Amino acid sequence: MAKDKGHLVIADDPKNDVAISVEGVHKSFKLPHNRQNSIKGSIINLVAKGDRSFETQEVLKDISFQIKKGEFFGIVGRNGSGKSTLLKMLAGIYTPTSGKIIVNGSLTPFIELGVGFNPELTGRENVYLNGALLGFNDKEVDGMYDEIVRFAELERFMDQKLKNYSSGMQVRLAFSIAIRAKSDILLLDEVLAVGDAAFQTKCFDYFYELKEKGATVVFVSHDMGALERFCTRGVLIDRGQQGIVGPIRDVLAQYTPIVLSQLDAGNRDEANKKHNTSMESKITLVDCHLKDSRGVILDKVAFGSFVQAHVSIEFRERVESPIVGITIWKKDLNAAVFAANNLTEGVGDLGVFKAGARIAYVVSLPPLLNNGEYTIEVAVANKAVTTYYLREKEAQAFRIMGSNNPHAIIAQDKPCMKIERRVP
Amino acid sequence: MGVYKRVFSKKNRALLIELVKTDFKLRYQGSAIGYLWSLLRPLLMFAILYVVFVVVFPLGKGIPYYPVYLFTGMIIWNFFTEMTQQSLGSIVGRGDLIRKIRIPRWMIVFSTSLNALINLGLNLIVLVVFMVMNHVIPMGSLVFLPLILLEVYIFALGLSFFLSAVFVKYRDVLYIWEVVIQAGFYLTPILYPLTQIKDVMYQKILLLNPLAQAIQDARYAVVTHDNNVITIWRVFHHNTWYALIPFAVVIVVFIGGLAYFRNQQNSFAENL
Repeated sequence: MAKDKGHLVIADDPKNDVAISVEGVHKSFKLPHNRQNSIKGSIINLVAKGDRSFETQEVLKDISFQIKKGEFFGIVGRNGSGKSTLLKMLAGIYTPTSGKIIVNGSLTPFIELGVGFNPELTGRENVYLNGALLGFNDKEVDGMYDEIVRFAELERFMDQKLKNYSSGMQVRLAFSIAIRAKSDILLLDEVLAVGDAAFQTKCFDYFYELKEKGATVVFVSHDMGALERFCTRGVLIDRGQQGIVGPIRDVLAQYTPIVLSQLDAGNRDEANKKHNTSMESKITLVDCHLKDSRGVILDKVAFGSFVQAHVSIEFRERVESPIVGITIWKKDLNAAVFAANNLTEGVGDLGVFKAGARIAYVVSLPPLLNNGEYTIEVAVANKAVTTYYLREKEAQAFRIMGSNNPHAIIAQDKPCMKIERRVP
Repeated sequence: MGVYKRVFSKKNRALLIELVKTDFKLRYQGSAIGYLWSLLRPLLMFAILYVVFVVVFPLGKGIPYYPVYLFTGMIIWNFFTEMTQQSLGSIVGRGDLIRKIRIPRWMIVFSTSLNALINLGLNLIVLVVFMVMNHVIPMGSLVFLPLILLEVYIFALGLSFFLSAVFVKYRDVLYIWEVVIQAGFYLTPILYPLTQIKDVMYQKILLLNPLAQAIQDARYAVVTHDNNVITIWRVFHHNTWYALIPFAVVIVVFIGGLAYFRNQQNSFAENL
């Protein structure tokens, strides 16, 4: 390649209000067909010059945008779109193949929590090690040590080896250290938001705090809910190409059809499979999503929020007075926790549908489900509910994050207990 | 000065200290007597050398303080092999850091080298103890020892940078380097005195190896000026220019190793 080699420039110019500038960045990886990790292999390759057995995969093509100071900037794209590669280049872990990235100010990447954690060291030792990786010296860690331990709620465990910690404890400790980072720019990967619901809430609280403080944050995600909640601006990356750069709403508006087309393709495959196995199938599921009150598609739902299941089905044959509905299943228990159809909800008889007709319906879910994994089952049956025309058990999966009562599936919507009598 | 400030910034210093501490803590992880091994290992090694090469095969007749002479050579050789072998796998071993955060790559190799230096320091303490026990009289030439050790360190560091970078791409290097170390062990006058080699030509060739030169110089500086301690300065006393060849090798290896490492370091994250 005759082009200049790509590079990363670290600047420190307080007057310039641009935090990160990406200028015509390309990135490609060389993928050997059969990776030669031995000298013999590469000697053979040298000799047999014609057969260079690697291909170049272009992961990102001509990416250019700027992030201003104080922006909560989203990098939006599906899995495998190249957004994580872009993040790693901003972090200085990968080098661009060509083009230039200018980072103005100090930058801390959070691509994973607890990088460098060593299971053989104690919690305390790991705090100092991880702190050093974030740029703190011993004295500085001394100063914040108590606060870190308190926040992680691990006071009693700090002198135990990390290998004796549960994974939840490790994540708590790592997160507690990570949020001390005092860089001008933070890079957050979505994989940060792992762990239990309580931890997720902490994570999102921290994101809110960052947003309030006006920190410069680059957030990489495919989660439209989180992106919309936090980001002010963003860029869309799809199949290595740059899409729109602008206000997050516009970016998500361009992103939605991409996700939908993918979902549609998935559902069609699913429907075809169904059709092949059971020729009786008179009805196809077109799509099924969970949306919040603003119509944004979600797969993670904060506890207590009002969401709706949007279902659309197509009739392949004439069907008279079908019963359409959904059932919410708690995945790990395989138990139905909520169900609704046009009979139970008093919608009434739906009449006759010809072949090719469609119907879309919406079911509001009660905000009473505690944290966990759930699935939406879409079912269509005849009027007497003796035959099912469609039974798509996992039409959509989602997760509720947070709860007000960790002991049960169903939350209380209001206090429901009082003391009747005490016998001293 | 600017480079020094950048390389040893507050942040980098803190990180370097933590990396060295971690390596040191983990070294004797799970062993009952822990750090004591750092001192016990050289002691036991000395005991073996003493029994085999002083009592059973007295190769070093005519060399005063032969046990101390042996031990001096042995700790320098061990420092070199330990440092290069540990550094070789250091970049690959710290792949988790390299793929997840921006950490100066050289720091990983450098911290490994500092750990080898700590071990060398402990061995030197044991050496002093043996010198006292064997009634070795300290000589003025002792001041050259730090310079000789610095030479070995720079040589090993250059190789460490080179080997660790190559290892990312070619895992064969591990085995190749084992063979090289094995060959080097026999080609370097560690267990046998150079006086055992009668042909002066071979003596000269062997001494062109920077490690042979450094070990012999260290023995001369620390143990004895006896004529049986053959140094490069003695074999090339007619033409001192030849005696500079090992130093040139050290400088070339160091610059070459560092240059190769710098050239490769940006693609470590992708190749790991």
